[in-house]
Amino acid sequence: MGDGDPAGVAIPHAMASGMGGIRTSGDLVARMQMTRGMKIGEAKKFVAGKLGVSVDELTDDALMREAREDLRLGGVYQLEGQPKGIEIKHHIAEFLGIGINSVRLFKQRSA
Amino acid sequence: MSKIFSRLGDGFATLLTEGELRKDLEEGTQDASERGNIPPLTGDEIEHLWDICKGFHKISGVQKGCEVIMTYDGGTNKIPRLGVNTGRLQTLQIYERCFGADTTELSDPDYTFRQVKPTLRDDIPMMEQAQLLMVVPVFYGAMPNLGIYTKPDGPMTNPAELLPMGKIKEAREAYEGAIELAVRDIVTVGSAYYEAGADGINLDTVGASGDPDFKASLLATEELKKKYPDICVEMGMAGEFVLGMHGEITHHGVKLAGLYPHEQVRLAQKSGVTIFGPAINTVTQKSIPWNIARAVTYTKACVEAAEIPVHANMGMGVGALPVCLTPPVDTVSLASKAMVEITRLDGL
Repeated sequence: MGDGDPAGVAIPHAMASGMGGIRTSGDLVARMQMTRGMKIGEAKKFVAGKLGVSVDELTDDALMREAREDLRLGGVYQLEGQPKGIEIKHHIAEFLGIGINSVRLFKQRSA
Repeated sequence: MSKIFSRLGDGFATLLTEGELRKDLEEGTQDASERGNIPPLTGDEIEHLWDICKGFHKISGVQKGCEVIMTYDGGTNKIPRLGVNTGRLQTLQIYERCFGADTTELSDPDYTFRQVKPTLRDDIPMMEQAQLLMVVPVFYGAMPNLGIYTKPDGPMTNPAELLPMGKIKEAREAYEGAIELAVRDIVTVGSAYYEAGADGINLDTVGASGDPDFKASLLATEELKKKYPDICVEMGMAGEFVLGMHGEITHHGVKLAGLYPHEQVRLAQKSGVTIFGPAINTVTQKSIPWNIARAVTYTKACVEAAEIPVHANMGMGVGALPVCLTPPVDTVSLASKAMVEITRLDGL
């Protein structure tokens, strides 16, 4: 992205063009770019297919919050009894069928 | 005829007639086309930009379904520098849970691979803790910053002092020595953070010291990919073309000096870069529409040449954003929309 204060750069870009991170499915699509080198269209289709939603629904804040909760993929609220942090990433790795470096390390160290 | 609200590349407001706006869009794309030897925007694309720039709103946004991924540089430095005393772990959480960030980046205030090497032992646990806490991918980011390897900061003789004395051969040797040192530092630091669980390594502001800087980054990427085939490396550039500070450096048979984004990305992907970030400089005395047309033209050519995801640098002073410490939201969101909708890139 680049330099500048968060209210002037990070937040406006995220609101104008971003996928929404864990509020929606942005982290999941990002992981497909990072681990499989997928371009945005392919990455979105892959994640939408896994979630059983349309590509447009990937950024639907209301729908994706429920979908993530059901699949134990986390969200912005830290709810009682719901998985947190690295536990969520275990679920994400399994759900997307990808390797996540920190999950691999966690398993290796806790074996 | 009513005038259209707009801004200059320094962030300050200006008014344009419809004729001036159209002229700026056409001249902006032409400037990029001539400098980069790439096609200008098509008539339809200029019309699309015209529509975007004419309706200058408080905040703009892409059409539903066109959203892209956000990656960051200097991520954990952006809140503490405002005097808000958050630790870096809290800053990462703020990005993830308050800013809607798709990814985040852990970084050191010095933001230079060489400078963070001595404190690795103290900083690695920060990445390990971040990986326990965070859900979105966490990069580690820093700059190659080859300038730091020359005297009085580093061991190499300063080429900027050698060149005025006509010592061109010695200046080039100094740059070559700096490349070796920088590669070693980038690989050492990148390896340490990857082995601590980082989701990716961000080499940011690549080429700030010209072709030696770019060369060091390409070599370091190749070494990291050889050590860790699954590692994600993001490479964000410093400017729209590579300065020939050395002038004769090549990589895979390609001379690095003078490369534009569509040429830079080909070398980056060949070296194993996962995500490439072109940076197009903002011209302060020109209007934002002129800068947008220019930045979009370069970036579109880069996206078309890329087989890997492209995340354009769109921070203060690049990607048509004003050179202004508090970039106006109307302009940032306008440029964001224009860049995504015209170039069809993969992220910012």
